[in-house]
Amino acid sequence: MASTAEIQSGLAEILEEVAGVAPADATPEKSFTEDLDVDSLSMVEIATAVEDKFGVAIPDDELGGIKTVGDAISFIEKNQ
Amino acid sequence: MSDTRIQLTTGAPGAAVLGIGAYRPRRRVTNDELSQTMDTSDEWIQSRVGIAERRWAEPDETVVEMSVAAGGKALAASGLAPEDVDLVVVASASLPTMIPGAGPEVAHRLGIRRPGSYDLNAGCAGFCYALGAAADAIRTGSATHALVVGAEKLTDVTDLTDRSTAVIFADGAGAMVLGPTEDPGVGPVVWGSDGDQRDAIAIPTGEGAKLTMAGQAVYRWATTRLTDTLQQAMDRAGVTAADIDVFAPHQANLRIIELMAKRLGLGEDTVIARDVVQAGNTSSASVPLALSALLESGEAKSGDLALLLGYGAGLTFAGQVVRLP
Ligand SMILES: CC(C)(COP(=O)(O)OP(=O)(O)OC[C@H]1O[C@@H](n2cnc3c(N)ncnc32)[C@H](O)[C@@H]1OP(=O)(O)O)[C@@H](O)C(=O)NCCC(=O)NCCS
Repeated sequence: MASTAEIQSGLAEILEEVAGVAPADATPEKSFTEDLDVDSLSMVEIATAVEDKFGVAIPDDELGGIKTVGDAISFIEKNQ
Repeated sequence: MSDTRIQLTTGAPGAAVLGIGAYRPRRRVTNDELSQTMDTSDEWIQSRVGIAERRWAEPDETVVEMSVAAGGKALAASGLAPEDVDLVVVASASLPTMIPGAGPEVAHRLGIRRPGSYDLNAGCAGFCYALGAAADAIRTGSATHALVVGAEKLTDVTDLTDRSTAVIFADGAGAMVLGPTEDPGVGPVVWGSDGDQRDAIAIPTGEGAKLTMAGQAVYRWATTRLTDTLQQAMDRAGVTAADIDVFAPHQANLRIIELMAKRLGLGEDTVIARDVVQAGNTSSASVPLALSALLESGEAKSGDLALLLGYGAGLTFAGQVVRLP
């Protein structure tokens, strides 16, 4: 099981790879769409990359509820 | 009971593409034009889907008319006479009538005499399914020369006031003529379907019912589940990503095209079809339309190896490697 810090840095790597977000910007309070300029299709790519990396399943109807980096971290923590 | 054994035929060692043709409807519709009648913008459409403009057919540009135009050009490019053709398959998901089908009429209009003819509906994968079926028919001896058409008038089945679909779907037709060869020009088709996602893209029947699509679910499926199909299409044809000169997947969304190209590890000078920018999503017409644009512009050349992929409603998918005529 990945620790919170590992999840945060793993997610930051994915965000950089998929959407070009600088890792230092990927802090828990940031909203994907409002602050990080990640659109709904990039969210789908992030979801599939998170699924591969952390072995969790993020169905489409759950994805809509993940608004911030913090939401994603806690989703992964709960479901890994 | 008769014990006479049923005899089988064998056809040619392989089938090859002999000609490609396309028909683009006259009317060009830009994103700015759409922005005048619905709450959308050039910026949104270009960044999400990559479409800059599309063609919308006018009343006289029916599925059959567009098929005849594209098929006639493919025939002319092949150098064959209509009477050489003995199989006509029309792939479409937007035929105005289920019965009669379009195939026999298209054949008749082109002067093709009494060919085997049928329509095929495999959503946006239709063209690649039809190409696979026709190439196999030539190999088994059920046909010698085949005309395969992908034609759509999606504006007939799209709610043109609904921004979630109206900005995407469009009209057009593309066609290929296939014939027998020693040296195979059409690789084995790799096809399949995921029927558990049957509701993801639908054109319900009934008065006024229009096309619906669960865009994100399809996006996820297309970007994760089809890389293997593309790899299998290359493996089964005995080629590698480095051999592919042209990558021409279904033109649904530029972002899907770019992601697939990246994951495949294609060579740096592989030409990638981006006809979606000019044509929108024309479902089963998109692959031959994209190929004909690349051949016309000179970006793709005769003899190039092209990797094709169709995917869409069903959900269905089909891919194969072909050598361009
Ligand atoms: C269709 C597709 C482009 C839609 O993109 P999307 O990001 O999933 O779009 P969504 O429906 O989630 O909409 C995202 C936002 O843009 C808005 N939007 C939708 N269409 C819009 C348009 N034409 N113009 C402006 N905004 C639009 C939505 O209302 C939504 O706004 P909100 O977040 O404020 O609610 C995309 O899902 C896609 O290409 N999927 C694959 C389709 C495919 O490959 N089909 C192949 C088979 S034919």
